[in-house]
Amino acid sequence: MWTSLLEIFAARFNDILLASWEHLQLTLISLLLANLIAIPAGIFLTRRRKWAEPVIGVTAVFQTIPSLALLGFMIPLLGIGKIPAIVALTIYGLLPILRNTYAGITGVNPAAIEAGTGMGMTSLQILWMIELPMALAIIMAGVRTATVLIVGVATLAALIGGGGLGELIFRGIAMANSPLILAGALPAAALAVFFDYALKHLEYRTQPGNLAKK
Amino acid sequence: MIEFQNISKTYKPGHPVVKNLNLHVNKGEILVLIGPSGCGKTTTMKMVNRLVEPTAGRILINGEDISMQNPVELRKNIGYVIQNIGLLPHMTIAENVALVPKLKGWNKADYLQRVDELLRMVNLSPEIYRRRYPQELSGGQQQRIGVIRAMAADPPIILMDEPFSALDPISREQLQDELLRLQETVSKTILFVTHDIAEALKIASRICLLKDGDIVQLGTPEQILRHPANDFVRDFIGENRLRSEDSLPTIAEVMKPPVTSRPNRGLAEATMLMRKQKVDTLLVVDANRQLLGKVTMWDIHNRFQNEAILLKDLLRPVLYKVAPQDSLKEALQIISRHAIAYLPVVTDQNELVGVITRSCLVDVMAERWLDSETINLQEVVPHVDQSA
Ligand SMILES: Nc1ncnc2c1ncn2[C@@H]1O[C@H](COP(=O)(O)OP(=O)(O)O)[C@@H](O)[C@H]1O
Ligand SMILES: [Mg+2]
Repeated sequence: MWTSLLEIFAARFNDILLASWEHLQLTLISLLLANLIAIPAGIFLTRRRKWAEPVIGVTAVFQTIPSLALLGFMIPLLGIGKIPAIVALTIYGLLPILRNTYAGITGVNPAAIEAGTGMGMTSLQILWMIELPMALAIIMAGVRTATVLIVGVATLAALIGGGGLGELIFRGIAMANSPLILAGALPAAALAVFFDYALKHLEYRTQPGNLAKK
Repeated sequence: MIEFQNISKTYKPGHPVVKNLNLHVNKGEILVLIGPSGCGKTTTMKMVNRLVEPTAGRILINGEDISMQNPVELRKNIGYVIQNIGLLPHMTIAENVALVPKLKGWNKADYLQRVDELLRMVNLSPEIYRRRYPQELSGGQQQRIGVIRAMAADPPIILMDEPFSALDPISREQLQDELLRLQETVSKTILFVTHDIAEALKIASRICLLKDGDIVQLGTPEQILRHPANDFVRDFIGENRLRSEDSLPTIAEVMKPPVTSRPNRGLAEATMLMRKQKVDTLLVVDANRQLLGKVTMWDIHNRFQNEAILLKDLLRPVLYKVAPQDSLKEALQIISRHAIAYLPVVTDQNELVGVITRSCLVDVMAERWLDSETINLQEVVPHVDQSA
């Protein structure tokens, strides 16, 4: 089997590379969108704390929808292809980022904020110079969770024509070709492990207490 | 410099936290707000930089109503030190200290130089501490940074809310000394909140004692120690009171009955009296105990042979006297400055009511330092009264 795996890798090298690239694209675009939506939304919620619970509750509901079902919902709404896949993956990534952004900022030591206000910072300066830097490690933890989640679910995107490493896996399943399945599964797993490791490192670096140890 | 005019603050309707406060903080003084926890000190202070808005009344700084000013601009010109320090953990010491100068748009060279200057001012070497993070410093060092951060942009006014209360007693003393030393050189107007009366007495130009949002007493530490307005103040200053001059008993309490005689008595009779009472001077009074003067043993000795002479012929004026309501400290000063042994106590109507002697003072002093059980002064100190 290992020899056939190598053969597959050699024969389908371009396919695997392309699928990995698509997978990476799906993941990064969805992640970027999830960040662009969830971080500002999380910040906004810290300014309107009454809304926080219902809004975070709704994103939690999205999260509980099985990933395959969520992708299924996309077809009648947006058809098939990359766009509905990206939308579904983005929705999937929202919750951890939103929740951690909110928790991170509301958890900033009030003394720091009071000091900033007392020194004459505007609320925007407080956000940029105090709240975000101090909440960064927690926000990054949310981003990491979302990334690992998206990398995993992105393998299912192939089912609605989104492409990616799932293509290889599902084709392998259909053809009962284990090496082909692995040709999709191994890079997908590697991507998840890589992102997790890289973001964990970044998260550690952003903790205020660890700044000095740079 | 800072003027509170009829300031009130109510958070919960019906429970005012500050009640119609009128207070003038003078330029260059350290005014200490003190009182039990929850009496409204922090609230009062935060109204100055508009972290809290008053419910009624106005606050003027240099005659200008601060409610008309942009709070962000206002705050850049008021240093602020909070109890829990509030250093930003993700910024270096230099970045923390430089915050306000940066916000005010100073250029980099200027604020970096200022940071070094301030660090040196509190005896922290810039080369070592500039690049450190707050959590790498001890509590006392962090608090120093908190104080110099408030001074960084050289604001004329500094607010300090229990800045040293979290520190151990030694660091606290040090920082108080440093603050006083800094104040001598930079001379800011400082509004300082504490609940520690010893701290207040040490650093305050004036103390404003608050209770339930009212001013109970406002005055210099000296005035408050000497003349506490009521029992609340007395309780509050507590043991510190014992260390003040005012804890000395009054003159009326320590004076002794004087050895007196009448003007038309003879010298032999006077000598007998002096011998019996072991005194060398007699105070001469009339029938209404009006003090006429004194006669000394030396004068009597010189004229003793002349039987016709009466005490009134030898009278000398009494140069130094005190009144019963005068402070004992005054009596002490007169006695030591003029090297005299006793002081007559005379009312405003010139009636002789007693005498303060050196031995009265020894009793008083000893009582302050010694346990009354350790030593019985009456037995140890010889009773040498009224020797002038
Ligand atoms: N933001 C607030 N909302 C409601 N009540 C407050 C607030 N801040 C202070 N208080 C109340 O006002 C009173 C005085 O508080 P504070 O000025 O902090 O007192 P102090 O500094 O003298 O201990 C306290 O009873 C406190 O509970
Ligand atoms: Mg307080």
